[in-house]
Amino acid sequence: MKISAFHLMPHRELPDDFEKRYESVWVTPPWWELADASRVGQYYNWTLDELLYAARAGFDGVCTNEHHQNAYGFMPSPNLMGGVLAKLTNGMDVAIVQMGATLPTSNPPIRVAEEYAMLDCISGGRLVAGLPLGSPMDVNLCYGITPMEHRERYREAFALTLKAWQAREIFAWNGHYYQLANVNLWPRPIQQPHPPVWVPGSGSVTTFDFAVDNEVCYCFLSYSGAKSATTMMQSYWDVVAKKGREPNPYRAGFLQLVAVAESDARAEEKFARHVEYFYHKCLHVPGIWFSPPGNQDYRSLVASSKNPVRRPENPKDLRYRDFVEKGYVIAGSPATVRDRIKQEVIKNLHVGNLMVLLQIGSMPHEIALENIDCFAREVLPDLRPIWEDEGWVNHWWPERLRAPRAASSGPGMAAARA
Amino acid sequence: MSERTIAVWQGKVRIRVFSKGSGPALVFFHGPWGLHWDPFLDELARTFTVYAPEHPGTTPDAPDDVYHLDGLWDLVLCYDELLTALGLESAAFLGHSFGGMVASELAAAYPDRARRLALIAPLGFWRDSERVVNWMMLEPARMRAQVFRDPEGEAARRMFGSADDPDARVRLMWAMGTTGKFIWPIPDKGLKKRVHRITAPTLIVWGKEDRLVPPVYADEFTQRIPIARVQVVDGAGHAPHLEQPAAVARMVADFLKS
Repeated sequence: MKISAFHLMPHRELPDDFEKRYESVWVTPPWWELADASRVGQYYNWTLDELLYAARAGFDGVCTNEHHQNAYGFMPSPNLMGGVLAKLTNGMDVAIVQMGATLPTSNPPIRVAEEYAMLDCISGGRLVAGLPLGSPMDVNLCYGITPMEHRERYREAFALTLKAWQAREIFAWNGHYYQLANVNLWPRPIQQPHPPVWVPGSGSVTTFDFAVDNEVCYCFLSYSGAKSATTMMQSYWDVVAKKGREPNPYRAGFLQLVAVAESDARAEEKFARHVEYFYHKCLHVPGIWFSPPGNQDYRSLVASSKNPVRRPENPKDLRYRDFVEKGYVIAGSPATVRDRIKQEVIKNLHVGNLMVLLQIGSMPHEIALENIDCFAREVLPDLRPIWEDEGWVNHWWPERLRAPRAASSGPGMAAARA
Repeated sequence: MSERTIAVWQGKVRIRVFSKGSGPALVFFHGPWGLHWDPFLDELARTFTVYAPEHPGTTPDAPDDVYHLDGLWDLVLCYDELLTALGLESAAFLGHSFGGMVASELAAAYPDRARRLALIAPLGFWRDSERVVNWMMLEPARMRAQVFRDPEGEAARRMFGSADDPDARVRLMWAMGTTGKFIWPIPDKGLKKRVHRITAPTLIVWGKEDRLVPPVYADEFTQRIPIARVQVVDGAGHAPHLEQPAAVARMVADFLKS
């Protein structure tokens, strides 16, 4: 297993009545009413500190991501965060997992290829290159990309990125959306032929084909847990089998919200309100914005209309115990969390690259560090050996980091935290 | 009523065209919610030979043809080819909403092809102070309320279909997506630079209670098209030809046949 700490960098102090007063957490939340730049500076620093803390605590990777105009998670440039993390984790066996910079909103998209190459150089070849399509809120609503062109632009930019990293000769790109007469990337990545590529998805059938055809790791970034992802991930594995690829668990990644404390009761006491804040406020977005007309291609539109993947219940009606019971969040004592992640997520979904979200919604810095610490000490060591006996190679992880990371030592962590 | 499917654009874009009636040719360009043959078009077919093409991508079994068109210029050229294929040197053009913008662009690109022009709540311009509401960002119930004066009425039902019917939902979403391709995120794609080329006498029709594209946009057209006048329709929103079919058919027919 490879287990990475994921961070959204959310607004941690939205008003209690946020979801009643405002239309959406994304695209239209008014900055001047809701945020303060100095305080937000503190959030960014906490975010970096939490990820660095996870790196020192023994996680295999640290993940950042790109989103725009929102209070849900606002790292408009994940590569700025990645740059800091790459530098400060030099000397540690930690991957810099960019989940990542969004190709269709980067113009020209070779900017992403360049910045990822920089990160790979700075980190000494520890980059995982996430190449997300980007959410419709970010790409269509905030950045003005036509929904119907979103996937086409992505696919062209994806091909351009892979070629720009690898080409031995200067080449011309006479594309549909992008025209560049002299592509000659400086720098190139250390990892050859290119850094491992992860593609996050949300269950679209065309993305399964794309992921398998391009030999990338398909990552389901879910907020509704493994139970509701079972059917969808099975469809992914069906595509893998149909296309004649081996069922290597490292072909798949999954994001899980996790909250761990001394006991189940203590976890509820510590985390309940932060979990509810996340689902009630941070995901407060009109449904149609997740899929504006034209964003899904026709085949996916027909498939999702006939067989909607959207969960039947409204998360706003659920409370902490519901989220835990349904597996949206895996929370409780170390034993509870270990067992549920192992069975529900890793085994059930057949996943080799696990991402865990440990700073959730309004969770304060100190509590987030405690969650990270407890997970690293009590949960992570038990999960790490899973799949080892089956002998799969994680082709989707930096080669120099593929061996299991040595367990971290307790005292070193205390020092790191101070 | 008859229908046929015509392939243009090197055979890559298939467009189904409905036609009915006899008399001078009238080409109707539908709005962003797809083509629905309705009492309004029946009424016009009593005076004209009405041709109603489906915008590229909205013709059944040809959803992906729209990917062969990159922008408005390609779309205008497609419609030029379609008119040729229909054997129409010139015709009266009628368009609703997005279709009004298409009709305007076609009449600006090929002034000799447009004999007369009637535009029902056309898109094409933008005022920061009176922003066009982006219907593609609205939940279905809100979209109905924004488009129609009476969101529960027969006209709204006909255009949007039943919310429980997955096929109707697919058709509606795809119609919005394929037309949205040419106007996202702001439906101003430079018509202001070209609209002066229109020579056809033009009627602008606007629903008095249009909550999607405010009626002030009528001024943008009348100020820029050399021969143009406006008629405002009471008791109607963004689709006055559906909410007041008899009245709008009469005013459009009277104007286009003269």
